[in-house]
Order: sequence, then C-alpha cells, then structure tokens
Amino acid sequence: MAQRAIREYDGKAIFSKHWEKYFSGFHYGFKSVLVTNGDDLRAKAQEHGFEWLKQEALVAKPDMLFGKRGKNDLVLFRTNKPGDVTLEEAASWIDAKIANETILLSGQKGTLTHFIIEPFTPHSQDQEYYISATTVGEDDVLYLSAEGGMEVEEGWEEKVNEVTIPITMDDASIAHLIRANVPAGIPAENKERFIAFAEQFYKFYRDQNFAYLEINPIVMVGNDMHILDLVARLDDTAGFMMGEAWCGAEFPTAFGMEDQSPEEKAIAEADSKSGASLKLTILNPMGRIWTMVAGGGASVVYADTIADLSGNVADLANYGEYSGGPTTGETKFYAETVLDLMTRHKDPKGRDKILIIGGAIANFTDVAKTFTGIIQAFEVYADRMKAHNTRIYVRRGGPNYEKGLKDIKEAADRLGLYIEVYGPETHVTDIVRMALEK
Amino acid sequence: MGALFTKDTQAIFWNNNASAIQRMLDYDYVINRVKPSVAAIVAPTSGNKFEKFFYGPDEIMVPVFRNTVEAAAAFPKADVLLNFASFRTAYDVTMEAITIKGQFKTVMVTAEGIPERLARKMNQAARDAGVVVIGPATVGGISPGAFKIANVGGTIENIVNSKLHRAGSCGLVTRSGGLFNELSNIISINADGIAEGVAIGGDRFVGSVFIDNLLRMERNPEVKYMVLLGEVGGTEEYKVIEAVKSGLIKKPIIAWCIGTIAKHFSSGVQFGHAGASANADAETAAAKNIAMAEAGIFVPASFNDLPKTIADVYTKLRNEGIVTEIVEPELKTVPKVRRKKEFICTISDDRGDEATYAGYPISSVATPETGFGIGDVISLLWFKKRYPKWATDYLETVIKTVADHGPAVSGAHNAKVTARAGKDVISSLVTGLLTIGPRFGGAIDDAARYFKYANDNGMTPAQFIDYMKKEGKTISGIGHRIKSVRNPDLRVSGLKKYAAEHFPATPLLDFALEVEKLTTSKKDNLILNVDGTIGILMVDMWRALGYSESDIDGFIEAGALNAFFVVGRSIGFIGHILDEKRLGMPMYRHPTDDILYNVEMADEI
Repeated sequence: MAQRAIREYDGKAIFSKHWEKYFSGFHYGFKSVLVTNGDDLRAKAQEHGFEWLKQEALVAKPDMLFGKRGKNDLVLFRTNKPGDVTLEEAASWIDAKIANETILLSGQKGTLTHFIIEPFTPHSQDQEYYISATTVGEDDVLYLSAEGGMEVEEGWEEKVNEVTIPITMDDASIAHLIRANVPAGIPAENKERFIAFAEQFYKFYRDQNFAYLEINPIVMVGNDMHILDLVARLDDTAGFMMGEAWCGAEFPTAFGMEDQSPEEKAIAEADSKSGASLKLTILNPMGRIWTMVAGGGASVVYADTIADLSGNVADLANYGEYSGGPTTGETKFYAETVLDLMTRHKDPKGRDKILIIGGAIANFTDVAKTFTGIIQAFEVYADRMKAHNTRIYVRRGGPNYEKGLKDIKEAADRLGLYIEVYGPETHVTDIVRMALEK
Repeated sequence: MGALFTKDTQAIFWNNNASAIQRMLDYDYVINRVKPSVAAIVAPTSGNKFEKFFYGPDEIMVPVFRNTVEAAAAFPKADVLLNFASFRTAYDVTMEAITIKGQFKTVMVTAEGIPERLARKMNQAARDAGVVVIGPATVGGISPGAFKIANVGGTIENIVNSKLHRAGSCGLVTRSGGLFNELSNIISINADGIAEGVAIGGDRFVGSVFIDNLLRMERNPEVKYMVLLGEVGGTEEYKVIEAVKSGLIKKPIIAWCIGTIAKHFSSGVQFGHAGASANADAETAAAKNIAMAEAGIFVPASFNDLPKTIADVYTKLRNEGIVTEIVEPELKTVPKVRRKKEFICTISDDRGDEATYAGYPISSVATPETGFGIGDVISLLWFKKRYPKWATDYLETVIKTVADHGPAVSGAHNAKVTARAGKDVISSLVTGLLTIGPRFGGAIDDAARYFKYANDNGMTPAQFIDYMKKEGKTISGIGHRIKSVRNPDLRVSGLKKYAAEHFPATPLLDFALEVEKLTTSKKDNLILNVDGTIGILMVDMWRALGYSESDIDGFIEAGALNAFFVVGRSIGFIGHILDEKRLGMPMYRHPTDDILYNVEMADEI
C-alpha cells in the first residue's frame, strides 16, 4: 500500500470525469483511447463517439508508466510531416511495436502492450505550459512554468516557480499564494486564465488524492485545454474513500519489470484476502539462501545481513515476510510456496540450500501456531528438501515461542531434516552467520 | 520532566481489543501500579456498560462508553488515547480526540494505511494542538515500570526477560514495531534495559518522528544514551544528525539504518514498510549510516554488530559513573490459570469481619444513634451513594406515602383473596405485587419518563400536551377520580411543600405545574396527582444530587421508581394479609350474579 503510478489514459479519464466540477470555465475534449494492438484500435474507430479516429490526424505512444517517450522515439506523430498519421498507419505502427522487444535508453527492456491514441494538436511552443503537484516533506508543492515540453526539464531551476502549500492551508490563502507566484513568463492575456486553472488543478490534485500529478505540456488555446502528456500517481490507501471517482484506474507493473510469477501472484492474492500480511518477491530463483521471515522490519534486517555476510547478493533467492497473526492455513500455504520454489533448481555450485526461518520477538503473533503451518509444509516437502541438502536455521521469540521451537525441532528431526533452532537469547540475525560459516 | 508516561498515566482505549487491554493490565499488576493503566474503553457499537478483565488473580471492571467525548468527561485525567480504530476511521477518532480541550497529551494510532493526506492533516492538527501522535502503523511505546501501550513488549514473560518491567538507562526509538521488541531484548542483554521507548510507525507520514522523541529523551534525566533504528527512505535521520552537530543532543546515540539490501535492486522491490523506499541517494540506508557515523553517532559495521556497539557504549558510561547499578524491583506474578467470575456484586460484601452495605458495616447504619434511616440504607444499596438528609427524608416520605391505598385496589384485593385461600404470607404478598405494572403503580414511572422527555427536549407545556395527544396517550401523573383544584389531594400538597422547603431546585416539578395549569383549565380534576408528583420530584432529586440525564434515564429504565412503590406498598399488602389471617376469613368465591355470562357454542372449523 503506497503511492502507485497509473496510466496516462486513466489519469485523463479522471480529469474528464471531474472536469465540470473543477474546470467549468475551460473546455477539455478527452479524445483518448487505450488499446493493446492494431485491431483493437481499428475496432474502436467503428464505435459511436470515436469517429475522430478516422477523421483526424493521430498521435500514438506507449502508455506504460515510463517517460521520455519522445527521446526514445516512441511517439508516432508524423509519417511524412507532423500531423499526417492516419488510423491505419497508427494501427500498423502499434502492431510493429508489439511484435518485438523494446529497449529504452535507460536500459529497461520489455514488450510494449498498451498504447494511448489521441488527435494531433497543432500548436506553437509558446502555447505550451507546465504544471505539476506533489508532496515534499509534509507539504504539497505546486510547480508552475511558462514553458512546457522538454524545454522545462533543461533549466528547471530558472524556469519553474515552486509554490509550497502547507497541508492545513485554507482555500483563500492558497489562491492568494498561487496568484503571487504565477510565472513571470506567462503572457498577460493568459495570466488570469492560468491562475484560475492552476488553482483548480491544485484542488483537483488534492481532493482526488493524487500523490503526484504532472501535465507537461499543457496547451492553452483560449479556454481550450489540451493535456498533451500526463503522469500521475495515486495514494492507493485512499482507494476505499474514492469509489468511482478514480474511474477504476488500475496500477500496472512498471515497464521492464518482470511480470509477477504465478507464485508471487498467489501470495499477493492470499495477502489481499487476509487480515494478516503475506509478501513474497523472488529475487533470484536459482539463489541458494531462502528466507521465511516474520515481520516487516525483521525481513529487511535478514536481507541486509545475508547480502553483507554472503558476499554475493545473488545468493539471496527471495524477499518476503509474514506478519499480523496469519492463520495456520495461511502460513502453511506461504511455506509450501517458498519450499516449492526452493527445491526446483539444484545449486549450480553443488552447495547446500539454506532456509532461514527468522523473526524478531513477536508482540502478539502466536509463534507455535504459525510454526504449525510451517511444519505441515515440511511434511509435504521433506523429501525434496533433503534432495537439495537443505539446512534449516530457525530463530524466533514471542508468545508461545518455546513450544513453537520445540515443535519445529521435533518435526524436522522426525522427518530427517537438518535443523538448528534458537530463541531470543540469540541475536536475531546471528543464524545467518552460523548458516554461512558452516 | 521529559518523560512520556508516568506511573499515574491512564489511557482511554478506543476499540475493545480485549487481548491488548489484558496485556496492559497484566503489566500494571506485575509492576505494582496503583491504578489500572486503562481507565475506560470506547466501543461505539457495544451495548455493554463495562468489560471484565483480570487484574492479577482478581477481576476488575473497565467502563465502556459509546464515544470518546463521554469517556473523556468521565475520566478527565486520562490523557492518553490508544486509537485502535481501523484505517477507515482512525483519522476521525484522532481528530475528535484533539478537539476535546485539555484532555489528551498523547494519541497513539495503530492503523496501517490511513490515506496519506488524512494522515498529514491529522499529524499537523495534533502538532498545532500540542498533542503527541505516536504512529500511525505502530505497536506504540513504553515507559518501563510506569506505563505500557497495548501489545508492546509482547507477553509478560518476554517483558520481564527484556527488562521492560523497570526503567533502564537507554532511550529507544525505532520505526518497526517487531524490531522494537527485538532491540529492547538486545539492550537488556548488552546493557541495563530501556528507560523509555517509542516505535514511531511504518507509514510514510507519522506524527512524531525520530527527532521529536530523541529531543524529549535528551531532556529526560532517566535517559543516559539513545538507540535509534532507522530505515531506508526519508530524511528524518538527517534531522537527528543536525541536532547532534548543533549540540542540541549531547547524550550518546547509537544508530543503524536497516535496508542496506535495497542498493542491490534498482527499483520495484518494496523492502519493508510503506515509508521505506529511497527516492534519492541521501535516502539510502548506506548513505544515512555513513552520515550518522561522520556526525559522531555510534554506528556499527552491520546490524549483526549492533549488540557489541551497545555493550561498548554502555560499559563506557558505566565506567564513567553516568550509569549506575539498578536495584531490581519486587515483582508480582500473574497466575497462570485464572477463572472468570460468573457473578458480579458492587453493592455489598460479606467477606470481612462484618458484612457491609456499600462499604458501611451494618452495625454502623442499623441502630438509631447512627443517624441512618431506611432512606439511607436504600441510598447505599440501590444507588451506592450516601445521599444527604433532605434526599433520604424524601425517599422515606415516598415510601410512607405509597404504603397503602385501601383494600379495593387490585394488588391489595389479590393479596386478600390469596390469603383467604389459605396461602402463606409470601404467596399472598407475591400475588399482590404481581399486579404492579403499567396500570397499577406504573404512573410513577411513566410520569417521570414523559415529563422528563418533554423537559429534556425543550417542549413548552402546550407542546407537551399536543405531543401526548398525537402519541394517543393520556398524560401519566395527571388526573384524579375525586380530587380537583378546589378539593386538593393533601398528600400532593405535603410533597410539594417538602420539596419547596428542602430541595435545592425543582425544575421538573415547576414544568409539571405549568402543565397542570393548562390541563385544569380544561377540566377541574386534571390535577397533578400523587404518582406524578412522586416520579417528577424523584427526577428533580437526582438532578440536584448531580446525576447526569443519562444516569437518570438509566434509573427510570431499570425500574427504580417502580421499586419504591414495590417496597412501600408491600407494607400495606402485608397489613392486609395479616388482617385476613387475624380475621380468619374463609375461602373467597366471587358471586355468580356479579359476572356477565355470555357463552356461545363453539363453531367447528
């Protein structure tokens, strides 16, 4: 749960949904479609309300959370000259892009899957402005510039006015502050309009619980507003209050990030259905050291220590945690998922596998109960664990920990698994040292 | 000065989180606190007036309120709110608490995932009001030997093992709640435990941050050095560095930022808490660890070396005489097996040398020279209070007034018929009492209820009469068969006279007399009758004694007014029963010529 990026298309849809409420003096057409391939686009053009796809020159670009699309040559706006792209050309271009892997200048690579298509908007550089808002420290900051597009990023310090808005500031003071900080470069005939828009833009950002909202550039032609490029992040913890206001915006995985594995997805789904917390990220499926750590803080400490002491971060196979009192069933499922992943590949160097069952001293989680789930998973995977020469190191404290440690030791001994168990008298991460020294 | 909590600190616990509250009370018992650390529980959907908890081997009752305002009014000295509301309502609960002027010094918020904008508003509002917010997304904090928030420290066994039962010399601040426990344990093994500790919470926006807590600990003479466990992400550790550099903090600090792993993974992997993600190089754990070490903070080489660093600093302070030996306090132990009590009694106790009525030995209230009358005994056993003489005299007046009303009323008639059937005193009395209810004797209850309702809701006498007409109800307490304005009921006159002379004020009676003026202007016998006067004056008595309106409503709902009638009229019923026994009257059979027989052949269906 945190600040999460949304697609440009969804950001614009949210603008459009609330446009009259916030920007009633201005006009915004919201001519945008989101497609995943050429046929998708061709089909859309046949729908009522989307005739413009056949009638106007188009712009097509990927809508996958990354920026600098122009510099990456991923904005289709010309065939022979700017503003001559037809529906068919856009559709073919999309199909060509999805057929091959794309490598960005940043080195990120992956397959493009989502595109936003809009009408080409002829305009001049001096009609482009910049506006964005985000949170810095405890305050909101509104960034305003008379120059938009790539221009603004080069020379940010000189070109952008920062308006710092404390969280408790009232609307009248906000209006006053924005007026006092309007960029000098805004031409006189657009000044009032820009101020009015900036004020409403801030309220829109605030009320809709955006964590970040940037339009670059925004083109003002009279009262016509063209949102040419938009980047947005939402505070997803506010989701429960927002209902339909967010137009069902999804939170896609960043481009270039491997899609989640089925195991990670399964744990994420179990997490969303549980009052407890279950997290799993696979860092290296071939890794030698697997962790099953209780607690958000302790899990980080174990990962730190494994990276420090192993000397090779690639040894660390996964990151994850369970906390908040998961049920025995939930712990069993979590443990089985980790054990299954751990016993798929032999260590390339023929070394033992290490399983760290770690945790700090719990405040209220019943250790014996969660260990019961882990023991049940051992029973299923004991043979495979032995085949990978798995050594298990346990360290845990908290409610009922003595019983938990005794139970897990007895179970491992009965199943013929190598195990060492430690309680609160042993430093929380010392089992990592013991495991690696052996 | 400077300590977050003392041994007198009391909290209001928002949400009936029974296991967390029990852990606080177990802690209180073990460390010999005088008062329980939980003064009251706020549970908006609970119908209960209290919850039972163990306090050592015994049980105690913790009062339950429907909202924070009422709980705060009842416990004005409880200056900590433990906000265990969910992420949906935690904001509203905190904001309401902040607006209760002068009540809360500290609000702890446990919910994780409060919308960021709301968290920021909440934190700012608290700062403006001078209220310390611990959290959101935290397990809380502790002042060992004084006050412990909810689940901090885990089980009582772990608390004692980690020396959280008495003050040590370290001030501990962490983000994580799980590692807070761990650090307490490490500090107890390698030093002498902690003097005060706070887990500030894992969300991006938390109320009190590292520096707030460290500055307070700097001022707290019990704290001799501090341990800070930071995390990757954010810049809060730099405020601490500034404070050390500027000399604002002079006590030694040992610090470590967890999350050094993050540097190995470019992006996308969220390690740990929501607040834990570096947006700039300066926010990485490694950069912060280096910067802290450069500022003179004790930073170990890795988390695994933290215990040694703590031991080194502690030993140095010990050798310098800054930290001295701690005398381990006597601890009580909580029994392993405890049994919940099936019954509760809060009015009398027969376990001592002599049985007591609300604390008064019976001998101290029984004989005439004690000055206690039956009114005093009723006030002790029914209301658990010693009422002043004017009130106990009123209670006795009521009982005397209602003691009997002749043989014809339904209760007395029943008692007489039963006695003549040869039954004993108890059976005969009970048949009489069973007639008391809405039609017989119930007017006292209803008069008190309806007149009070009208008065509470600001109705004028005319509006009240209209209201009762619309409800289709006759006004209880108004009207008499024979008595009228010109032929007044002398019992009523006596009661009114007594009240006028002895009650501090009679607002409800005054209101009722205004109502009477209107009703008697319509019909001469629509006077305020004896039942109405008794019920209404009882409300005036309770008001003058300082009871809240809801307390009084509670008395009426519980049937306390009826109870006066029951006690008083029992005297009369017993008189009639004894009279029958004395007269030796035969079995009573009602004459058939006094019955209208109208029996038809039943239809077949």
